[in-house]
Amino acid sequence: MSTQSIDRRKGRDEVSSFQKWLRNNRRVLTSAAFLVVMLIAFTLANPSVFTQFKTYRAVMIALPISIFLVVPLVFVVTAGEIDLAFPAIVGMASYGFASIIDVGGNPLLALIAALAIGLLLGFVNGIFVVQFGLSALIATLGMNFLLRGLINIGAEGFSIALPEIRGTLFHTLLTGTTFGIPNQMFWALGFAIIGFLLYNFHKFGVHVHCVGDHPGSAQEMGINVKRTRIMVFVFSGLGAAFAGVFSVMINFVWWPTTGDGLLLPVLAGIFVGGTPAWGGIGTVLGGVFGVSIVSFIETGVIAAGLTGFFTQFFYGIIIISSLIGHRLNGERVR
Amino acid sequence: MSEYIIELRNVTKSFGNVNAVDGVSLAIKRGEVVGLIGDNGAGKSTLIKVLSGVHKPDSGEIYLRGEKVNHWDSAKSRHSGIETVYQDRALAVQQSITRNIFMGREIQNRFGFVDVKKQYQEANRLMREIGFTSKVFDPESPVATLSGGERQGVAIARALYYDADLIILDEPTTALSLTETNKVFSFIENVRAQGRSIIFIGHNIYHVYDIAERFIVLDRGQVVLTSDKSEVPSAEHLIKTMHDIARMGHAEMKGAA
Repeated sequence: MSTQSIDRRKGRDEVSSFQKWLRNNRRVLTSAAFLVVMLIAFTLANPSVFTQFKTYRAVMIALPISIFLVVPLVFVVTAGEIDLAFPAIVGMASYGFASIIDVGGNPLLALIAALAIGLLLGFVNGIFVVQFGLSALIATLGMNFLLRGLINIGAEGFSIALPEIRGTLFHTLLTGTTFGIPNQMFWALGFAIIGFLLYNFHKFGVHVHCVGDHPGSAQEMGINVKRTRIMVFVFSGLGAAFAGVFSVMINFVWWPTTGDGLLLPVLAGIFVGGTPAWGGIGTVLGGVFGVSIVSFIETGVIAAGLTGFFTQFFYGIIIISSLIGHRLNGERVR
Repeated sequence: MSEYIIELRNVTKSFGNVNAVDGVSLAIKRGEVVGLIGDNGAGKSTLIKVLSGVHKPDSGEIYLRGEKVNHWDSAKSRHSGIETVYQDRALAVQQSITRNIFMGREIQNRFGFVDVKKQYQEANRLMREIGFTSKVFDPESPVATLSGGERQGVAIARALYYDADLIILDEPTTALSLTETNKVFSFIENVRAQGRSIIFIGHNIYHVYDIAERFIVLDRGQVVLTSDKSEVPSAEHLIKTMHDIARMGHAEMKGAA
């Protein structure tokens, strides 16, 4: 508390408000810069592809699915947890959605049912981790197998095709096109903005930060730590349900494997986006940039004239180099 | 209304086979400064965590301003006008000073959104009051950039913010410099002058003797001595009594008259 001793301490010079802004937003700025640099590199490698709007539109068809997943997962990781069950929750929620429409049910009803499935399964994950004290890593991994197993038992390998929803108002609203941009992009960005506001300015987001930073302190200050931890899993389930619904609406088909391929790219997107694995801090918008980076890699690698065999290699390069970038740009404080 | 802010009756709290708090009854009056002392492992920290709601007692009763409390936790304790400065300071070091000051009691609208601007202004004002005049950090600075004394300042500022009736200070001067320790003492004088109560837990018996007007001595989870300052002629006397307690398990206050 002594002011003389404060000013003499090394590396604590007075900073301008711009520097403060940089300091407070450096993680999201790093991931945004990374996305820009990567796009410039791809454009230089193949100008004809990356100067065309349709390249970006192609990415924006499926990117929203990852955005619906990454936004709540940033909350999960910030709270010091992990959720590996989201691919199977995507599968379960979309299974319910597609089944209801398949038997002639109202799409809105099907949507509500899918969201309820997502919330419920997220809650079950939360109960396993928080009330039973299981490791989040292992419990949600187990749940991912369990739920995918139930899907396989129920569907017996059959997919559900829904060509009849093409052209309906529900389809136009959710996954039509506005000014050449797939509508799902607007929904996903709306979801991301709500997530951003919750994360930074709502009591829930603030509590998620404090719980992930130091659960003991949060408890001592009267935050309901258990409820906060359960709620991040519930939120993750909600995002997975939205992702599942949009996946079906984009493809007009539900497969028993729906959601399966999302696990690693979306997880990578969280960390590439600047949310560290140790909890307490993170960035929702960075997560959106992170999954965008991952989504553009495949397109970029092919467009640059390399074969698809190079895709995984570049995933690796970009994940590792972005993590090094975040580390160089900001020291770990705990 | 009762003359006591909070009262414990026959409270016990065990961890496994260890009876950390073993049938403690005590009451804190309005406007008094109580020194809670005892050797390591006597149960001081557990006892204050019962008072602050972190630990639920296994048995016994808690009375708040004369009324029996059925459901007791940290949030309830804080809303009842009890603020605690914990030994570990209870900070989330990656978060800003502002977020730490309002942790668990955010200024929010009815939709649960935090009034960031108001919190910033209040944190700024509090920091000036507590003596943070440096321009090196501001309310948005992460607590991790502060020194130990400054962190203690944040923890105390937080306790000050909500005109609490009772402030519990668990080892507030541990690891502080002399100047910083003096700041804590003048803080306690201010709080006392405002007619609020303090429970002061300390290892340094001289500190406790100077500050407190009543002493509660704990040993192996039990209250072995409650004594007004008038009954204790000096800090040395208090220390000798503590030695007797450690040796014999009990003590009598002799020679005070």
